[in-house]
Amino acid sequence: MIISIASGKGGTGKTTISVNLALSVQPSVYIDCDVEEPNGHILLKPEITSQKEITKKMPAVDLNKCTFCGKCSELCEFNAIVVMKSDVMFFEDLCHSCGVCSNFCPERAIYETERSFGEIRKGHIKSESVSFIDGTVKVGEMHGAQLIKHVRKEIKPDSINIIDAPPGTSCSMVAAVNGTDFCILVTESTPFGLNDLKLAVQVVRSLGIPFGIIINKYDENFTELDSYCSSGNIPVLLKIPFDRKIAEHYSRGIPPVQVRPELKEDFRQVYKTVNSIMQARCTPDEKR
Amino acid sequence: MILAITSTGPSADSLVSEKFGRCSYFVLFNDQTKEIKSIVNSAESMEHGAGPKAAQLIINENAEAVITGAVGGNAEEALKRAGIKVIIGLKSNMKVSEAIDFYFKR
Repeated sequence: MIISIASGKGGTGKTTISVNLALSVQPSVYIDCDVEEPNGHILLKPEITSQKEITKKMPAVDLNKCTFCGKCSELCEFNAIVVMKSDVMFFEDLCHSCGVCSNFCPERAIYETERSFGEIRKGHIKSESVSFIDGTVKVGEMHGAQLIKHVRKEIKPDSINIIDAPPGTSCSMVAAVNGTDFCILVTESTPFGLNDLKLAVQVVRSLGIPFGIIINKYDENFTELDSYCSSGNIPVLLKIPFDRKIAEHYSRGIPPVQVRPELKEDFRQVYKTVNSIMQARCTPDEKR
Repeated sequence: MILAITSTGPSADSLVSEKFGRCSYFVLFNDQTKEIKSIVNSAESMEHGAGPKAAQLIINENAEAVITGAVGGNAEEALKRAGIKVIIGLKSNMKVSEAIDFYFKR
């Protein structure tokens, strides 16, 4: 089971929800795919047991073999190569590591080198049955979505996997959410939360992923959000009212379920609801 | 030498383009033969890498200098490395022929 936690708007509480869900439904795997600013580790305080660099292929040229024919520049879909009279220039920011240039070089003058663009850490949470994985893309690197694909290779299919997705609705969010079994969209009772929730709903709908909403810092006076969910038949899995005690502990890096243990039962209930929504979606043939 | 001018159209009467990577045409002026020709900038509508692509086009035409409004970082790097002189600051109300005069009377 793979559940992704996304939001549209940043700061709604994706990481808080992901961490609390992972702690409540053990054995679980918490996977931080917010690779530009992974911070689940601050709440979970994992013991890191392994760490590896992730590399991508970058072209390089042997100028002794090159005839400066310009074939590579012509074929490059991303305009990442400029061929001059006696020189070849690669733009690493534009390169997508597709390999076309090295493959089609008539002189075999272009070869591929490996360049590190991020790292993946693995570990576990002390005295809990929760595994920890996170990815961090290097500052200035463009290909966060590429790193997310590597992070997702670490998923443990037999466990409950919780993917903490990046905010927004662009490539990296899609890379984190696409192909997951269920997506929980975390929002808040503000016009900003609602606006960006609508965008995120469009994404998960077009990806065909079943989804539900958790409203964090819930305020019943903001009725627009409730009416949006009910009119669109969007299941609200949980409402967490604003709670000063939770906020204070969060600001010290302590997960809410540790200060409000009764919340664990709420998160288990969320997991049950997710399961029943998925069961209901399955046709009898698909049930195993 | 061959001078490239970023342009909105294909002739010496066309107005110049202030953009390098995303201009519509490059007008090429050969100061020995006084010959003028133009090429369509196929980089204009490219999603990514218009700068390097446009630089490649004028490198292929053996341009030794380019006069334009402004040039992006990637394009500037490529032009520099190819040894092409870059003059910036063209304003869009200027004709290509005026830009050529400006370059040679500087």
